[in-house]
Amino acid sequence: MRDRPIIFTGLALFLVLVTFPAWHNLSAGVTTRGPNPVLPRDQKQCIEPTAFMKTSHMQLLMNWRDAVVRQNLRQFTASDGKHYNIGLTNTCLKQCHGGKADFCDRCHNYSAVSLTCWNCHVDSQKGFANQGFRSAL
Amino acid sequence: MFMLEKALSRNRSYWLWIACLLCAIGAGAICYLRQLDRGLGITGLSRDVTWGLYIAQFTFLVGVAASAVMVVLPYYLHHCKAFAKITILGEFLAIAAVVMCMLFIFVDMGQPTRVLNVLLYPTPHSIMFWDMVSLSGYLVLNALIALLTLKAEREGTVAPRWIKPVILLSIPWAVSIHTVTAFLYNGLPGRSLWLTAILAPRFLASAFASGPSLLILLCLLVAKVTRTDVPREAVQKLALIVTYAMAISVFFVLMEFFTSFYSGIPEHAESLRYMFVGLDGHTHLAPWMWLSMSLAGLSLVLLIVPRYRQSERLLPVACAMVFVSLWIDKGIGLIVAAFVPSPLGAITEYSPSAPEIMIALGIWAVGLLILTVLYKIALSVREGALFSPAPAPRVGVSA
Amino acid sequence: MTISRQTFLRLSGLSLAAVAFRRIARAVTGPKWGMAIDLAKCAGQDNCTQCAAACRQAHNVPQIPDSRHEIHWIWKEPFNRALPNQADEYSTISSAPVMVMCNHCEHPPCVRVCPTQATFQREDGIVAMDYHRCIGCRYCMAACPYGSRSFNWQDPRPYIASPNPDFPTRTKGVVEKCNFCSERISTGRLPACVEACPEKALTFGNLNDPNSAIRQLLGSRRHIRRKPELGTGPKVFYIV
Repeated sequence: MRDRPIIFTGLALFLVLVTFPAWHNLSAGVTTRGPNPVLPRDQKQCIEPTAFMKTSHMQLLMNWRDAVVRQNLRQFTASDGKHYNIGLTNTCLKQCHGGKADFCDRCHNYSAVSLTCWNCHVDSQKGFANQGFRSAL
Repeated sequence: MFMLEKALSRNRSYWLWIACLLCAIGAGAICYLRQLDRGLGITGLSRDVTWGLYIAQFTFLVGVAASAVMVVLPYYLHHCKAFAKITILGEFLAIAAVVMCMLFIFVDMGQPTRVLNVLLYPTPHSIMFWDMVSLSGYLVLNALIALLTLKAEREGTVAPRWIKPVILLSIPWAVSIHTVTAFLYNGLPGRSLWLTAILAPRFLASAFASGPSLLILLCLLVAKVTRTDVPREAVQKLALIVTYAMAISVFFVLMEFFTSFYSGIPEHAESLRYMFVGLDGHTHLAPWMWLSMSLAGLSLVLLIVPRYRQSERLLPVACAMVFVSLWIDKGIGLIVAAFVPSPLGAITEYSPSAPEIMIALGIWAVGLLILTVLYKIALSVREGALFSPAPAPRVGVSA
Repeated sequence: MTISRQTFLRLSGLSLAAVAFRRIARAVTGPKWGMAIDLAKCAGQDNCTQCAAACRQAHNVPQIPDSRHEIHWIWKEPFNRALPNQADEYSTISSAPVMVMCNHCEHPPCVRVCPTQATFQREDGIVAMDYHRCIGCRYCMAACPYGSRSFNWQDPRPYIASPNPDFPTRTKGVVEKCNFCSERISTGRLPACVEACPEKALTFGNLNDPNSAIRQLLGSRRHIRRKPELGTGPKVFYIV
């Protein structure tokens, strides 16, 4: 009987914690609307079939990364025979997808999969000041 | 299975001690979060001195961990009955020390989330890979041995027979963890202070002096604070081991002096000169090293003379001196001094920053917490209730 | 289809041999990059740091005011520091400034100690950094006998005054160093420092090609290297 306050407090705390995802999402106004990446204007075709890109773009990017950094191979031949220079900023962003805010972030923020690419690689669309660069100190 | 219920008791000072440790751990954790956020720049490290307090503590604690072999070897290989009761204490000390080692390496990394890369991309030609393998293996070995032997004792049976070869394996493994740690340093062509074949023997000698001296202090503390009694013969045998190991360790250090200064080769002597005299007016390390040397000399006097070594008042003093002297030598001097002067001849001094010290203290607190809990379990299994409501009779180191 | 164990072993042995042979063949016939620095030409201009500035601009190397956290890819050192014990008090060369950088050693100690192969030696001799894999243990910095490497003690971006958007920056917690401009030489250009030098003191080329400019320079002029007794085989040569 003496422990009733402790037990009930503990139970209440547990209920709050276990329902955290529900009330947090409600208060943050999360909806069921899906992610909407901005597709490139000029290019109508992904470098590989879209279904493949959706499931395996991370694998492609990691292969690209190892090809350039570890094997010094800077050219990629797609399955349809087209050639691309490998480069996250210079090819992926500049040639097709513009900036990470319009494309990468849309899905990655929705699925809460955080990326570390942009700690190093420069987003060509975002201003320098917004990427942590500070002008002449 | 882990007998954790033994770690809970009703003694106030016990809980106060645990609370202090938790506070230190909390403070260290907060500082580490800051380090994760800002980068290692919040430490006192620099482009020239790239390893400091964290790696130095790691180096020292690998020695303490390896020293468990100094109780395991006499008992299991040579049936030295005196050590029967304290092998478990030595093994638990090794576990706490290895955990601290791993934590110190972890907090020193610039990209700790990538630590598993060492296992994902194994690199046999890198000694650091083998260091990770040997430390992890040693932790598993000691945990297994300690757990099984303690469980058997609690249930009044003997440990399963297959534990014997595992225990025997832990003996060369203990030597190997500190040899591998020495290999981290003494294969580097650019660091003359470390480029010496005697580094591994030095590490082992100082390990076998500092570890058992800490074990002696812990045994005496445990005897004082609880109702356990520790056989005097065990403590005296350990003290003898400390004496020989310390003498050899000091001898090895003196050997370094001769080679460096008699050969006259500038690069060989500069780091050593920086440690004891300073270079170009930079003398931060010198007082520390002289303190270490004086403590070493004094402790040897107290240990070599049998009357002093057998004195119940003086032995703890000698052990504390040995521990502090070797902690300064390995944990402050050796690692930092190899970076002075830099490969380009520049002299950059190093002193740890406040957050760095807090993180180090936090990790020491984690080790002490593990040690406290494990010792409590071990001793409770042995003696039943360690802290009785009635005031315990003061039990010293009785036979 | 089943093959006998003997056939399987023969096939595997042959394919392994073929891979090894190809590797060796490429190492022998492919380029091996090296750099020669003419100290007399370098001393021609006072206080010149154009090579360092070009490298900094091309690679987003930050300029950090705290000297403990400095990052250098190529920088200037006095002679007695860069090339110790190679000139006595009677030589005149010891007053020349020396540009130092990663030597891209033939037997690099940094590659030997890296626990993740984040720093590795390419077939063309360049000691490369994989910033994605580096765990920031700084073992390579302890191992380098030349002090060529720098660690990012904090986020470098606030210290990059004029960023180059075509090249990434690095992030806090990784080690970086000169990369012999591998991104430029892969398109046939010369390294940024070589192009920027007003005195043409830097010569970069293929050490495996006996007719290259660098080989001719090395064949005709006396040259030294940094700490040759360590057996690292540096590929940066100083013409004296």
